[in-house]
Amino acid sequence: MGILLDEAPYILENFPGGGIVITSADWFINWSRANSLWPLTFGLACCAFEMISANMSKYDLDRFGVFPRPTPRQADLIFVAGTLTKKMAPRLKKLYDQMGEPKYVISMGSCSNTGGPFYDSYAVVKGVDKVIPVDVYVAGCPPRPENLIEGIKKLQEKIKKDTIKNNGRAKIFK
Amino acid sequence: MDAQKYLNEIKGRFPGTADAALERIKDGVPALLCPAPFLFEIVKYLKAEGFNYLMDLCATDYRDSLEVIYHFCALETNVKLTVKVRLDREKPELASITPLYPGADWQEREAFDLLGINFPGHPDLKNLLLPCGWEGHPLRKDYSRKPDQYD
Repeated sequence: MGILLDEAPYILENFPGGGIVITSADWFINWSRANSLWPLTFGLACCAFEMISANMSKYDLDRFGVFPRPTPRQADLIFVAGTLTKKMAPRLKKLYDQMGEPKYVISMGSCSNTGGPFYDSYAVVKGVDKVIPVDVYVAGCPPRPENLIEGIKKLQEKIKKDTIKNNGRAKIFK
Repeated sequence: MDAQKYLNEIKGRFPGTADAALERIKDGVPALLCPAPFLFEIVKYLKAEGFNYLMDLCATDYRDSLEVIYHFCALETNVKLTVKVRLDREKPELASITPLYPGADWQEREAFDLLGINFPGHPDLKNLLLPCGWEGHPLRKDYSRKPDQYD
């Protein structure tokens, strides 16, 4: 889809009625992207257990199309769940770079939002946004599964407002 | 367990260990304060006496000196003994006991990493917890953190 989505909007918008085609395509593409968010699970600390719990039968993230993947190549989304240490930061960056566009990040819990209780530590990164761009911050220490589901719904809302004219986030973060 | 017996035995065997002392008894475990140059020989003697299990090896910063603490246990008799060694802060150096107790390997690397204590005789003394190229020893009391791109 890469070349088509990269070039088509700029060609189409010059034709009469092109805008209608773009918005219709937007609606369909955003609908499919928002409802098949496959996350790369990046469990670093206790938040990982809430993430696992959210994936299990009681909270069942599968009903939102969220289905955990073990490899960045198949993932659209990354849950950063837990304390990111400085030693781990280059690995997170590497995994994020291996994901295909469009890619989204949910920062889960106090540690990955701001450093949390380890804000004064010599070894902890003060927020995942120092390393990779974050779409949704989920508060809590750790957040309950309901809270993570809320974060996923927020991300879906964000994706649904997107348009192929700016081609997701690719152009913004290049 | 009579810790005084071991202390007297050590003092008798190794000339120069006169300032070894029975420091304190906490939770029924006596602590021997040993001079650093004789540590390896003392540990070798204790191992021959039946202390066949190194429960823990840790290091602490007391601002005026560094201290390495060894916790030994004799599994047959369930007798425990603590050995403490005071080290100079400027150039802390202590013989490695990894040849005697292979379990001391990572513990010594941790002390090397976080407190900067050098263990000559260790087979592979390099960073264990900190990233490669880290400057300073974070568990020292006078460690000051330099902000980097992640702060």
